[in-house]
Order: sequence, then structure tokens, then C-alpha cells
Amino acid sequence: MDDIILKTEDVGVIYDRSIVALENVSLNVPTGKLTAILGPSGCGKTTLLKVIAGLIEPSSGTVKIRDKETIGPGPDRALVFQDFALLPWATVLQNVAFGLRAQGVSKREREKTSLTYIKEVGLSGFEDKYPHQLSGGMRQRTGLARALTVNSEILLMDEPFSAVDEQMRRKLQEDLLELLKIENKTVIFVTHSIEEAVYLADQVVILSGRPGSIAEIVYPEIDRLGEIDLIRRQPRYVELVDEIWSSLKSYVE
Amino acid sequence: MGWMTLLPPLSGIWFAFAELLEQTAFWEAFAMTARTFGIGLGLSILVGIPVGVLMGISTRADKILSIWVNLFISAPITAVIPALMPIFGIADATVIATVILFSIWVVIIDTQAGITHVKDSLVEMGRNFGCSRWKIIIWIVIPAALPEIITGVRLSVVRAVKGVIVGQIVIALIGFGGLFNTYLSYFLMERFWALIIVVFVMSFTIIGLVELLERRIAFYARTR
Ligand SMILES: Nc1ncnc2c1ncn2[C@@H]1O[C@H](COP(=O)(O)OP(=O)(O)OP(=O)(O)O)[C@@H](O)[C@H]1O
Ligand SMILES: [Mg+2]
Repeated sequence: MDDIILKTEDVGVIYDRSIVALENVSLNVPTGKLTAILGPSGCGKTTLLKVIAGLIEPSSGTVKIRDKETIGPGPDRALVFQDFALLPWATVLQNVAFGLRAQGVSKREREKTSLTYIKEVGLSGFEDKYPHQLSGGMRQRTGLARALTVNSEILLMDEPFSAVDEQMRRKLQEDLLELLKIENKTVIFVTHSIEEAVYLADQVVILSGRPGSIAEIVYPEIDRLGEIDLIRRQPRYVELVDEIWSSLKSYVE
Repeated sequence: MGWMTLLPPLSGIWFAFAELLEQTAFWEAFAMTARTFGIGLGLSILVGIPVGVLMGISTRADKILSIWVNLFISAPITAVIPALMPIFGIADATVIATVILFSIWVVIIDTQAGITHVKDSLVEMGRNFGCSRWKIIIWIVIPAALPEIITGVRLSVVRAVKGVIVGQIVIALIGFGGLFNTYLSYFLMERFWALIIVVFVMSFTIIGLVELLERRIAFYARTR
């Protein structure tokens, strides 16, 4: 039995008193694992992630971290944004250091820590560039470094690679897996790509569309210890993609 | 009275211009114009930006204030100036009030527009990393809205230039307004035109300077 770091209990979200975006979502997130949230457009994936992040207060139910109820954002959870959410007037270094700055860490110390993570995500040499001087992939690496810098146990990512092209997406996915071998993180990852979910996740949570609720949970159990670029050739990978697609199909219609 | 009296030759105007610069009355008017312009515009910016920010972040403030701001931004302010005179007297204060009434609204509206267009994800990012509401406003929202705020300031400079001249002319007793009035009543047309040229050159210089400044900050807007 895995150790559960975070769980949602009967979470429901109603927007504007009438739009039911989520209903009875009870989800266990195992420590140190990658959980993907998958589902058709508009099924409430972002809403669920924001509830977990503490940015949206659920209309019903609770979010618990290590069995303690949490309200609002906290240093134990760091977000990576779909549109990167970088400050355009700040350099890569300043953007990466933002979380530490918000925590009141001294300039010298936060820059030192930030430089370590800038290196770790492969952005060395770009510290003084501005976001508009970077490619989409590099922008998201900046966003990732910023989330890593605050050293949260839980990383929350909302379609982090959807705004970059296919080749870059694959590269970023591979690099994320490599990175997670070094960094011991629990990751909750929103995606609308079945391939991405199966490729990255230990647990794939499939949401059914409106109101969003958990339809099924799939455990890929793919061997990620070996060569990362071999994952897509594993028979288990191909099988799972098909399996999830056939169960998702019913919600798409 | 022929056209020659109304539109004197350029050489005459040039001569009058040289004379003008020797007059204490001119320099007094110039100083008063600079003073009232500076104070009025300064107040418009200092008050306008915070009000715009407030309207941008609070729907309640927006509901209460936007009717007035939108009313005043398109209202013929010139018509209000005579009503200001009994309140503020025939002095600097009335001209300053005119400058403010001309220039503050556009600062408020552009600031508010800038604030409301800040991407939600940037604010969420701030909240995610534990920023207080205040820090989110100072570190994220205002810098992100800066291009719009600067545009508002530029437009308000243009309007303040109009305000300071129109104000003095309507009051017609102080500053350049007083001089215009004197020159017209004594048919000193050369001086009248020389003064008009001075006023035009002043206005274009100030507006040109602000546009130069805006261009230097414009890289911001492109990078969003
Ligand atoms: N702030 C809001 N106010 C009202 N309704 C909202 C709001 N945010 C989301 N919704 C609605 O709630 C539902 C779920 O939205 P959400 O963004 O969580 O879906 P999603 O699964 O992330 O979609 P996508 O795949 O398009 O990103 C949608 O129908 C959306 O229209
Ligand atoms: Mg979404």
C-alpha cells in the first residue's frame, strides 16, 4: 500500500451557483508518484487542479495533505502553468527566484538556489534573458525551475507542454522524467493527451465530462527505470493507450 | 481693419517675439503656466493611478466611480471653468483645477483597463507562491499594467497642455490668458501671434518629450 500524501474527499465545485464543474471527486495521490488527470475538454481538470492548489475553494468536500485539511495555497504545493505565467519584465533568473522572493529569502541566497535549478532544467547561459527572447520550451523550463526552487513536495502542472510543438513536447516529457529521478517529487499533472498520460504517469485518473467526476483510474505500471526513449515501444504502453481511448470515447460523444 | 492688421507679416511677429522675451509680464505668465501645469498634471497622475488601480481590482469601486469617470472624460470641461472661479478664485488654484479636470480621467480609465487585462494566470502565480494581496498588486499587477498606465499618462499630458491654456484663456485675467486678452484689446497683433507660436512650440515640445519616453518603455508592451 502506497503512502498517501494528498487526497481530495468528495470535492464538488459549482461556478456561479449553477455550473456544476466537479462532483464527488475523491482521489488519493501517492507520495513520490506521478498522477495524471485526463479527460475531455471542459470536464473540470483545471478546476480540480486549482482546488488542490488552494486557488479555488471547493463548494463541498475537502483537500487533505497528510490527513490535515488545507485551505488556500501553501508552500507544500507549487504550480507550473499552461501559459508559463512568467513576468515579461523580469529575467529568467528573476522569474525563477520569484517564489523565494515572495518567501522573503535574501537576494544572494535566492539567486544561488535559482542558479542550481536553472542548471538542472537545462537553462544555463540564459539567466539574463527575458521571456520574449526564449522559445516556448525554454519558457516552460523557466516555469518548471521556478516551481522547483521553492522545494515543495508536490508539483502541480496544468497542461504544461500543450503550448509547445510536438518535438519539444517529447523532449520536455523525457527531461521531466529524468528530472524526477533526481528530485523526489509528487506530481499531479493535467493533460488531454492519452499518450502523455500513459508515458508519464504512475496513476491515470480519467474524469468524465460535465459534471466532472472520476470515471476510472488506470495504473500503467510501465518500467521507467531503463532507457526513457524505449518507453513508447513497450507493448504495455501501446496496449494502455488503446484501452484508455476506448473508455474515453464514451465520454467524448 | 484689414487682413494686414489681423495677420501681420512674419518679420513683425519675429520682432514681437524678441520683445516678448524681454517682458517681465511674459515670464511671469510663463512661470505661472509651468507651475499650474506641473502641479495639476502631477496631482492627476498621483491620484489618477491609485484610483484606476482601485477600480481595476475592486468591482465595488468600479461600480461607484465608473459612471463619473466616463461622464467627465467626454464632458466639455471648458464649460465648467466659470463655475470653478467663485470656488477657487481668480488665481493658480482655478487653473490647477482646470488642468486636473482635463487630464485625470484618461489616467484613471487607462490604468483601470491595464489592470483588468492582466492575465489571471499571473495573479494565480503570485497567490500560488504565497504573495499577499498587496505584494501581488505591487510586484505583478501594476508592472503588468504599466504599458497602459504610461499611455494614460501620455494622453493626460496632452490634455493637461490643453487644460492649462484653455483655463487661462477662459479666465482671461491671469497668465497667458491675461496677455492674450491685453494684446487683443490693444490690437497688438504681432505680439498676439508671437505668443500663440510660443504656446504651440511649448505644447509640441512637452508632448514630443513624453512620446520619446513612451517609446523607451514600449518594449514592455511588445513582450506580453
Ligand atoms: N471561472 C469560471 N466561471 C464559470 N464557469 C467556469 C469557470 N471556470 C471554468 N468554468 C466551467 O467549468 C467547467 C470546467 O472547466 P475547466 O477549466 O476546469 O475544464 P478543463 O477540463 O480544464 O477544460 P480544458 O480541457 O478546456 O482545459 C467548464 O465547463 C467551464 O466552462
Ligand atoms: Mg484546463
